[in-house]
Amino acid sequence: MDARHPLHVFDFLTNPERFMAFSRWAAPMFGVIAAVLAAIGLALTFAAPEDYQQGDTVRMMFIHVPAASLSMFVYLCLGIASFLSLVFRHALADAAAQACAPLGAAFTALALATGSLWGKPMWGTWWVWDARLTSVLVLLLFYLGYLALRGALEDEQKGARAAAILALIGLVNLPIVKFSVEWWNSLHQGSSTLFAKPGNGLPAVYAWPMLVMSLAYLAAFGSLWLVRIRALVWRRKSRALALRLAEN
Amino acid sequence: MTAFLILLRRELALAWGKGGGPLLALSFYAGVVTLLPLAAGRGPERLAVIAPGVAWLALALAALLSLERLFERDFEDGALDLLALGPASLEAVAVAKCLAQWLASGAPLALAAPLAALALGADPKIIPLLVLCGLAGGLAFAFLGGLGASLALGSRRGGLLVAVIVLPLYVPPVIFGAGALDALAGGLAWTGGLYLLLGYCAAAVALSPLAMAAACRNALD
Repeated sequence: MDARHPLHVFDFLTNPERFMAFSRWAAPMFGVIAAVLAAIGLALTFAAPEDYQQGDTVRMMFIHVPAASLSMFVYLCLGIASFLSLVFRHALADAAAQACAPLGAAFTALALATGSLWGKPMWGTWWVWDARLTSVLVLLLFYLGYLALRGALEDEQKGARAAAILALIGLVNLPIVKFSVEWWNSLHQGSSTLFAKPGNGLPAVYAWPMLVMSLAYLAAFGSLWLVRIRALVWRRKSRALALRLAEN
Repeated sequence: MTAFLILLRRELALAWGKGGGPLLALSFYAGVVTLLPLAAGRGPERLAVIAPGVAWLALALAALLSLERLFERDFEDGALDLLALGPASLEAVAVAKCLAQWLASGAPLALAAPLAALALGADPKIIPLLVLCGLAGGLAFAFLGGLGASLALGSRRGGLLVAVIVLPLYVPPVIFGAGALDALAGGLAWTGGLYLLLGYCAAAVALSPLAMAAACRNALD
C-alpha cells in the first residue's frame, strides 16, 4: 500500500499537460451527459403527478433544489482549490478556483431566483427573511466579495493568493452564518433529500426526477468548470508567449 | 512585549491624529442616526421598535469608516516593509493596528450608542447591554475589518472593496447582538445571544491576525 494521500488517483490531473489531455474529451463528454440527463429529468418532471397541495408548482422543485445544493457544493470546490493553490502554490488549482467562482455565483443566483418564483404561489410572497433564504443570500455575497477582490488586484499572483485567503475565511464562516441565521429564524422546510428526517423524505415519483436533475446539474457544472479552466490555461499560455515575443 | 506596546502607541497616535479618530467616527454615527427618523418616519412608537437595531447596525457601518487606510498607508510609504523586518511579528503588528482602530473608533462609539438609542426612543433598560454589545462587537468589527483591509492591499479601490469583502463577515455578530437586544427589549432570555456574540468576537480576535499577517506577506512579496 502506498503512503500517498487518499485522493492520489486524481494526481495525474495536477500535471497541466495531462490535465489538458484529459479535459479535452472530458469537458464535452460531461456536457453531453448533462444534456441527456436534463432531457430525461425534464421529461420525468413533467410526467410526475401534481402534488395534492402544491399542484403544478411542485415541478419548480426539480430546478430549484439542485441549484441550491450546487451553490454550496461549488463553494466547497472553491475552498478546496484555494487551499491547494495556497499550500502547494499550484497554478492549476488556482485556475480551478478562479474558474468555479462565477459558476457558483450563477448557481446561487439561480437558486434564489427560482426559489423566489416558487415562493410567490406557495408562500404568497417573493421573499421572506427566513434562515435558509438569508444564508443563501449571504453565500452570494461571499461569492461577490471573492470576485470583487480577485478583479481588483492588478498583480495576478498576489490577487490569486489574497482571493484564496478570502475563500478559506469564507469556508470557515459559512457554517457560522448558517447557524446564526437558523438561530435567528426559520420558515423554510427541512431537508427532504439526503439528510431527511424519517417521514420527511420524498416519495419515489418525486425522488427520481430529483436525482436525475441533480446529476444533470452536477454534470453541467463539471463540464463548464473544465471548459473555463481550459480557457484560463490557454489565456495564461498566450500571455506568457506574448511576453516572450516582446522580449526577443 | 515592549515592541508591541510601542507599536500600539504609534498606531493609536496615527488613528487619533489628523482629524481622524473618535470625532470623525462619532460624527458619522450621529449623521446616520439622524437620517434614520427622516427616512423611516418619526412616529415615536414606530421608532421605538427599531431603535435598538438601528443603534446597533450604525455601529457596524461606522466600523467600516477608516479601514482602507489601516494597512494601505504603511504599505504605500514602505513602513510595512520595515515593520515586517522588525522585532514584532506581522501578527502582532496586525493586532496592534486593529486594537488601535477599536480604541480610536469602536470603543468611543459603543459609549455613544446609548445616546442614539435613547434619542430614538428605545427602552432605557437595554442600555447596559447595548454598551457591552457595542464594546465586544466593535472588537470583532475592527478585527474582521482589518482582515478585509489587509486582503485589499495594493488594489487602489479603497473603501468600497473593503466593505464588499467585510460585510458578509459582519452577518453573524450583527445577528447575535440584535438577537440579544431584541430579546431583552421583549422580556425574553437574552444571555444566549450575548454569549454567542462574545464567542464570535473571541474567535475573530484569535484567528484573524493569522490571516492578516498572511495577506500582508503576500502583498509585500
